[in-house]
Amino acid sequence: MTQAHLGHAHDRAKEPLQTFEFTPGEIDRDDPLHGELMSLNMGPQHPATHGVLRIKVVLDGETMKYVEPVVGYLHRGKEKTCETLGWRKFFVHTDRLDYLQPLMNNCAYAMSLESLGVIQVPERGQQIRVLLMELSRIMAHLIYLGTTAIDLGAITMFFFTFNEREKIYSLLDAYTGHRMNNTYVRIGGVYADLDERVAREARKWCEQFPAKIDEFEKMLTGNRIWYDRNRDIGVLSIAQCKAWSLTGPNLRASGLEWDLRKNQPYSGYENYQFEIPIGAKGDCYDRYAVRIEEMRQSVRICMQVLDALEKTRGGEFIAQDRRYVLPPKDLVHNSMEELIHQFKIVTDMALPKGAAYHAVESSKGELGFYVVSDGTSHPVRCHIRAPGLMNVQAIPVLMDDRLFSDTVSIIGSLDFVMGEVDR
Amino acid sequence: MSTIERIQAGLEGVTFKVVPSREGMTTIEVSITDAKETIRRLRDACGFETNTFVTAVDRHPREPRYELAWQFLSYRHNDRVRVHAAVRGDAPAAPTIIDLFPGAAYSERECFDMFGIVFEGHAGLKRLLMPEDYDHFPLRKDFPHQGIEPDRLYREWDRRRRERSPIAEESES
Repeated sequence: MTQAHLGHAHDRAKEPLQTFEFTPGEIDRDDPLHGELMSLNMGPQHPATHGVLRIKVVLDGETMKYVEPVVGYLHRGKEKTCETLGWRKFFVHTDRLDYLQPLMNNCAYAMSLESLGVIQVPERGQQIRVLLMELSRIMAHLIYLGTTAIDLGAITMFFFTFNEREKIYSLLDAYTGHRMNNTYVRIGGVYADLDERVAREARKWCEQFPAKIDEFEKMLTGNRIWYDRNRDIGVLSIAQCKAWSLTGPNLRASGLEWDLRKNQPYSGYENYQFEIPIGAKGDCYDRYAVRIEEMRQSVRICMQVLDALEKTRGGEFIAQDRRYVLPPKDLVHNSMEELIHQFKIVTDMALPKGAAYHAVESSKGELGFYVVSDGTSHPVRCHIRAPGLMNVQAIPVLMDDRLFSDTVSIIGSLDFVMGEVDR
Repeated sequence: MSTIERIQAGLEGVTFKVVPSREGMTTIEVSITDAKETIRRLRDACGFETNTFVTAVDRHPREPRYELAWQFLSYRHNDRVRVHAAVRGDAPAAPTIIDLFPGAAYSERECFDMFGIVFEGHAGLKRLLMPEDYDHFPLRKDFPHQGIEPDRLYREWDRRRRERSPIAEESES
């Protein structure tokens, strides 16, 4: 572990620590066991910070007295870019927010634009989106599982989960033509219909995946080391989660049954049978258990979607609304009106004046887009409500007076991606 | 009781205006002086338990220039509310809500970072995403998308780079 020794407490005591999240208590300097504080810099190039997160830590022995996350190393100005590029072209950039689940971001952005323009997505389009979102959720949870386990020493888990991820990548490759950064969701639906063969492959994958989850659980759930390093570490109460705006699996692990898919359904989630797993204690182990169970539920949803897709075969997968949706290519080449529509949409596709917010339950929590339009082709504002930022914010809350070695399991279990945090 | 009825009951005595929103979310507009009290009542009397985001919209060159937006979620009642308040462009300031919702701390820091709106009473108000000694506020409408190059910060970085390696300076001159 790279640890830069930055200075001693005596130097640092002169300048007040920039405390906001919590204040280091009084240190008894005559006490031989305490006395000297040490500042450590963890990151931004640290493997356990899952990206370019930097954490400033002040240590008393091995106990963390002050923790401050520093973010912004991956800031690319996405919100400004959206104002410059316009509504349509920003889809590509949403992929790069949480790059472990690009299609989820696509869907969230598309839905916020649809609520701004009041556009109805056809049933088959919604079903394909649900399938893509659930596959994305599994992909993101697999990364969580693999990276957290490798940080805590279980290297095999990493290969197990990446094997499964690779299979989902192949599915998405077959459907969208890309492994990563797919950009396959459009306003009003999805770019292309789901191929029969892809659906068959997806079903095959869904059938074998629950057995793989059992395998993951065999590796970790009863594992003494995994249990000891996660149980009672980083405990969050429901009240804390509410106060610190934590959502998603972190909130559910604390015991609150809240899932946007159930409570404020979108994309026809109300048509599928699934359960919301919740934890009891709200510690790192519960967060792990909740994510494992969520993967099982996601597979369950995927199977139901694949059944539903059989029934809507040949149906519309994108709204035929020529204000926002590009006409099919063969029509563009053969019809003057469609050519004009194509031209209008590509050059300036305006959304109605007003503001709208739409959130989806992403793998990290509530991912929402707050979009403000003045009736032109370029947004006035596109604010990305990133769940990861709130998860990073909770790091000091969880690390108060814990041992330094717990940082790794806490960071891992909070689960964030810096692309989304920094935007 | 619908969301708006609950809010009307909870916000008795505060002047607010209901404004339309495209997605049908309850949206109210208050003056910036009433904002803190409104948010306190929303939390205590109306059951909005968590802050979803704090952000601003720049309406440059219109005045009042900024439109602050707070959004809250109620788990108990399963609904949301958005609060708008207008802030003038000269020395923009707003009350902080981190004593009510600690989770708004990073959102407020980001809003300060991007728009330069000072949240009064926020103890740790500093830049979140941009470098700490950066001069500008990037999400303001008068900030160009390509950035401002001859900037104090860039000049400072350049100076430090030259100090570190005199060879670089020689080869350039």
